[in-house]
Amino acid sequence: MTGTGSGPLAERRLSLLDLLDRLLAGGVVLAGDLTLSIADVDLVRVDLRALISSVEGEDRP
Amino acid sequence: MNRDRTELLYAYAVLRDTGAAGDGPGTVTGATGVAGEPVRAVREGGLVVLVGSVPAAEFDEEGLRERLEDLAWLEHVARGHQRVVDAASAGAPCVLPLRLATVYRDEAGVRRMLTARHTAFGAALDRLEGRAEWGVKIHTVAEGAAEAPAATPPPPPPLPGPRSRARPRAPRAATSGRDYLRQRAAERQAREEEWRHVDEAARGIHAALATLAEETRLYPPQNPRFTGHPGRNVLNAAYLVPRERGPAFTAAVAGLAGRAPQDGLRVELTGPWAPYSFVAGEPSREPAHDTGTA
Repeated sequence: MTGTGSGPLAERRLSLLDLLDRLLAGGVVLAGDLTLSIADVDLVRVDLRALISSVEGEDRP
Repeated sequence: MNRDRTELLYAYAVLRDTGAAGDGPGTVTGATGVAGEPVRAVREGGLVVLVGSVPAAEFDEEGLRERLEDLAWLEHVARGHQRVVDAASAGAPCVLPLRLATVYRDEAGVRRMLTARHTAFGAALDRLEGRAEWGVKIHTVAEGAAEAPAATPPPPPPLPGPRSRARPRAPRAATSGRDYLRQRAAERQAREEEWRHVDEAARGIHAALATLAEETRLYPPQNPRFTGHPGRNVLNAAYLVPRERGPAFTAAVAGLAGRAPQDGLRVELTGPWAPYSFVAGEPSREPAHDTGTA
């Protein structure tokens, strides 16, 4: 819906952040059989950001 | 936990069972899931959960913990999740997206969950039906950074007074220490004024958009290092908007975006999204009660 996939890399990455905002902090939280409680979302995101920066360095033309 | 189980069920979204999701095996939404698998419906009591079979090695608790910090894997899964939710949203009046990586052992577990939360899901579906979520982010355009690539050309900010950007002049050696400190203080003050101005303008935009929304939710600002924007992210918000008011909302965003450069701001719209940010029914809050603490 946001035109992902067709835009330049920067744009795709941008919408990935928007998506992760929603998928890691929004959505219905269920305690299922095996639901991973992503209680440590913040930690995940911190590491994520480090990863994004390294990715950025790699695939810049 | 996953004794000898090679597959698990990844759950994407909850929606009302209108029969439209089709029966039997095979694809339900037409979109493939996070593991490239076909998506199917698990039904119980008038509700449907969209699920797909995924490899246990990747999606059991240990597998997830290992992989969640692998950006390529995470992006793949996040986009797969969104693909299913988007496809479902296209054909249903309301879809409740689940949080990333909600995994069940089998269909019996999914059914138990549906039964246990039947009332809460029904209420959420009623509340969110006919609504869409829109995302609006505001960034500063100047902030002493290089010009944004392929962005609107940074207009000269009409702000009177000193521009902190233009004066990183080294203190002249002959100047007294007091002059130097005074200059630094003036620069800091100018910067603070600029920030205040920008924050006020961003708050004004948010307030204007909030009048068109039923609920709003603020996310933490995104880190400029990863957004691709040279500027500071001063607003990262989600708005729940009735579908019929969607055109008015996007027109309002466009109008505000057109004026924002005068305040040194850039406004960006995303959506429509499934109501990821509003499923908890607690405006501007993390789900605290009502959702069963994990």
